[in-house]
Amino acid sequence: MKLENRLRTGPTPSLLVIGHDRTNILLDRRAAVVAASAGILVIILMILAVLLGDFPLTISEVMDVFLGRGEALVRTVVLEWRLPRAMAAVLFGAALAVSGALFQTITRNPLASPDIMGLANGSYSGMILALVFLGGSWPMLVTGSLAGGLAAAAIIYLLALRDGLQGFRFIMVGIGVSAMLASLNTWLLLRVDLDVALLASAWGAGTLNSITPATLIPTGFSIMMLLCLVPAVSAPLRQLSLGDDAAASTGAAIGPARLAAIVIAIGLVSAVTAVSGPIAFIALSAPQITRRLAGTAEIPLGATGVVGGLMLLVSDLVAQHVIPLTLPVGVVTVVSGGLYLVWLLVREARRTT
Amino acid sequence: MTAPPLRSQAATLSYDKRVIVEDLTFDIPAGSFTAIIGPNACGKSTLLRAMAGLLAPAAGQMILDGKGIASLAPREIAQRLGLLPQTAIAPEGITVAELVARGRYVHQRLLRQWSAEDRQAVDDALRLTNVTELADRRVEHLSGGQRQRVWIAMVLAQQTPLILLDEPTTYLDIAHQMDVLNLLHELNAAGRTIVAVLHDLNHAARYASHIIAMKAGKVLAAGSPAQVITAATVSAVFGLETEVIPDPVTGNPMVVPHDTRA
Ligand SMILES: Nc1ncnc2c1ncn2[C@@H]1O[C@H](COP(=O)(O)OP(=O)(O)OP(=O)(O)O)[C@@H](O)[C@H]1O
Ligand SMILES: [Mg+2]
Repeated sequence: MKLENRLRTGPTPSLLVIGHDRTNILLDRRAAVVAASAGILVIILMILAVLLGDFPLTISEVMDVFLGRGEALVRTVVLEWRLPRAMAAVLFGAALAVSGALFQTITRNPLASPDIMGLANGSYSGMILALVFLGGSWPMLVTGSLAGGLAAAAIIYLLALRDGLQGFRFIMVGIGVSAMLASLNTWLLLRVDLDVALLASAWGAGTLNSITPATLIPTGFSIMMLLCLVPAVSAPLRQLSLGDDAAASTGAAIGPARLAAIVIAIGLVSAVTAVSGPIAFIALSAPQITRRLAGTAEIPLGATGVVGGLMLLVSDLVAQHVIPLTLPVGVVTVVSGGLYLVWLLVREARRTT
Repeated sequence: MTAPPLRSQAATLSYDKRVIVEDLTFDIPAGSFTAIIGPNACGKSTLLRAMAGLLAPAAGQMILDGKGIASLAPREIAQRLGLLPQTAIAPEGITVAELVARGRYVHQRLLRQWSAEDRQAVDDALRLTNVTELADRRVEHLSGGQRQRVWIAMVLAQQTPLILLDEPTTYLDIAHQMDVLNLLHELNAAGRTIVAVLHDLNHAARYASHIIAMKAGKVLAAGSPAQVITAATVSAVFGLETEVIPDPVTGNPMVVPHDTRA
């Protein structure tokens, strides 16, 4: 290979150097292809999501809306209902997927994810408690959700501390805590007033039905802020996959990187849960699906975000349009994700025995 | 004589409350090829981890280039010292060149992820460890010996004046063991200080300029091969009766165990 070309690729031919010798980033060709393909599908499906429904629209009607024209009803349908919902699906899917990717990277375990390990259930508990004791205002719900997620993480951490963050024990403790929190949530819903219970259980399965611009904008903003922090931790996290000692001795500050990644991951999942309730399995499956599609050694965080967005958007379209009755999107992700989990468990069991 | 790059000052090392290494004081002489020998579980890897700043001593301290290692940031340590740990994980699907490039972490920045120096260092490391032909192969498809050389290449790519290696010759056949030791010798001759945990006493005697013999978390003897590799020390360290004779090839001490068959 000519020297010129070799300087354009990183350590392996699949890594492209973007920029020049003093200022550059490395981009994995395969991960970029996956991200771009998923991105194109996201755009196509978002257009479909705006057009489809009980009140079908044409492309020209939608174009009118964006040009500031069009009937009031059409404007409402597009700007207040369908577009926010589609955008929420993509953003929330990305947030969940990246959150799962961060968990799986720091634990080096494909079974680790905030939904399996009870963080989403913890956020939901926090949300119900906030609803009961602090009233249902949106900032209170978000605070409750965040506090619940952090509390669940702290409980798991304390119970599993002895073995560090690796290994099956951490995951198993997480699954146990998740089950306990799920029963706590059921119990809480039985104790509270009926109207509160109805309100809370609307979120219980994970749904995008209640998305409005008013809830989407602050959540979307928080999610984007958190996602912007991810590139800062991705390099030390990549080292972490070599094992703690090798990572630290190459100069990675593994303690701070791990802590930052956990905080970002919990922040992402709590932001989503506060608005849509616990949407299962995107966080678990999107990172591994993306890694297999891209064929990379580590989970590619950026591509995972796009694939996660695509997965939740598809799930929500299925929930709204394919099945005759309108289901919460969480039901669709649980069913498809459950199959994935069974496959993963079988594969892991085979590998570890 | 320049100051020792690394010294252990009354270091006590423990996991949780269990003390593994107690009150250990020694120097790694500047420019030396130091071998650490001792029976399994005597604390060699634990000591190496502490020397690399990965395990904080419960008492005492490790001094790197005159500064307490606890006061240095991971990046500052990684510019001075590289470590081949006993347990390192190759991520599934990673290629040899990608893994070796991970050794460049300390030289990279958020917006300078790959430079001509990185390329040069990786190429050199691949060549020195004789794995250039394997560059695009997946690490998990390599033999144990090839894999070991790739890990050493990763540490070399870091380009540190001090290199710590935990059992670099494990998994290698005798020819590759000699290759790795010759490589360490060349690096040492070129000015780098090498510290390696070795299990083969004859290798230690032939290649090392300085030997630290440990038992149950204590240093029983430290000094030149002629001072340390004696029948008395080997007996005290390993509980094994041996003859120590001159190596017919180099004249260094050579350990021949007594016949202990029943
Ligand atoms: N992470 C850990 N937590 C608790 N105890 C540990 C840990 N790592 C090692 N030990 C214990 O510390 C002692 C010394 O272990 P170490 O790995 O330092 O021995 P070693 O001399 O390197 O042995 P070997 O020659 O078998 O590699 C052993 O009893 C071991 O069980
Ligand atoms: Mg050891």
